[in-house]
Amino acid sequence: MCSLCGILAGKGHWTESAANPEVFDGRDERHTVARERQQRTRILNVVLAHYGLSVSDWAASRYVLRSRTGRSALVANLNELWAEAERLLGRPCDPLDPSLLSELSRAEAAAPRAHVGP
Amino acid sequence: MSAYADLIPVNILTGALGSGKTTLLKALLRAPRLEQTAVLVNELGEVGIDHHLIEHASESTLLLENGCLCCAMRDDLKTSLLDLHSRRERGEIPRYERVVVETSGVADPVPIAYTLIAEPVLMHHYRLGNVVTVVDSVNALRQLERFDASVKQVALADRLVLSKLDLAEPDDLHSLKARLSALNPAAPKLESESPGLDPIDLLVADAYEADEKASDIAAWRHRLVSAGEERSSPHEALEAHRFTFDRALDWTAFGIWMTMLLHRHGDRVLRIKGLLNVAGVPGPVLVNGVQHLVHPPAHLDAWPGADRRSHVVIILDDLPREAVERSLAAFNALVNPAGEARGPRAMAERARASAA
Repeated sequence: MCSLCGILAGKGHWTESAANPEVFDGRDERHTVARERQQRTRILNVVLAHYGLSVSDWAASRYVLRSRTGRSALVANLNELWAEAERLLGRPCDPLDPSLLSELSRAEAAAPRAHVGP
Repeated sequence: MSAYADLIPVNILTGALGSGKTTLLKALLRAPRLEQTAVLVNELGEVGIDHHLIEHASESTLLLENGCLCCAMRDDLKTSLLDLHSRRERGEIPRYERVVVETSGVADPVPIAYTLIAEPVLMHHYRLGNVVTVVDSVNALRQLERFDASVKQVALADRLVLSKLDLAEPDDLHSLKARLSALNPAAPKLESESPGLDPIDLLVADAYEADEKASDIAAWRHRLVSAGEERSSPHEALEAHRFTFDRALDWTAFGIWMTMLLHRHGDRVLRIKGLLNVAGVPGPVLVNGVQHLVHPPAHLDAWPGADRRSHVVIILDDLPREAVERSLAAFNALVNPAGEARGPRAMAERARASAA
């Protein structure tokens, strides 16, 4: 448990390379936890913009999800993030939704690396 | 917490009533390497197994608040496994190294797998090992038509063992094998009576077992590459689809996409198995998911052959392949712009072509 914030350390999520050192420790030296979390929030913000939501890193241990109306939620990993995003929105976040995919294509075409590049 | 590979593996042995699960289990337990195996069964009426570590559990399912059927916890399993573990730690029973759970013939194996992967206490002691499904060669085609549980038992399998081959008509057997390949191309189809049936390959060899992992992944890759060649009827709701990607995938984007897909559609994504070329990682990364749950990724030091493409087999239940493919390509495009020579659109085209 973190003595400052009182948050219990959970089991690492499968998407986080720090939780799977056997798989990811051999990666090149430029890869760091901070860089990965930065990359994750950048990609997520492109996706969440479709729903009027945004996300930021919080102390390299959690993510803060915010709505345009000022509602927010603290989440530990991507599983919790999608559940909270749907709760804030009151509707599903569907990765197969054609309107989301069209928007992602437009975002990519407008600024291919602006959102996600290192 | 223990490293994932150090946890006690739990194999699920499933298959329809009378398919020959207990007969197979008795044969498997004779292998010297499987002597320290505890067995949990829940069909008291079946032929008894002469084994020093056998427990009986009645089936009781605890449905979670979210009401999702595939996320139902098997309370009986949880209780039995924790009880076994505490007795093992107290020295009341031998220190078993593996558990085999023999399900009832009508059991949906998904909640069993879910319990093993997601139950907060169990996950610190046990991990899900290979799922072995016994397929009755005489009756399975009919069972697959009539029972959802039979379809799930096949779709979830890491190994399929065909029993009663001597009683099956050749034409029926051919149709059955095609159906099994369409439902689950990643699982090898073995024969229960074959002298070459290897208990270690069935139960022990998996992506987390250091001694067996390289050969298992090589065999796996071969099946993934050849997957999708046998198709079931185009009207079949549940079907396995192979996706192939020529260029390295971005792990972060893939994780975002897959968690979003499984959160929204996990009940219709029965299984994901793939060997991925992840950008920056020297060897292949293996992903293995069951509905809403994903095992920790596993890794091999080197590729088994010259082919460096990523292959993923996803078993979809009434979810259009094209939509899944388009979605993954769109998410990948966020880190791999289409302007590049081998961009995601080209990648999607290749994926489509390889599935045809």
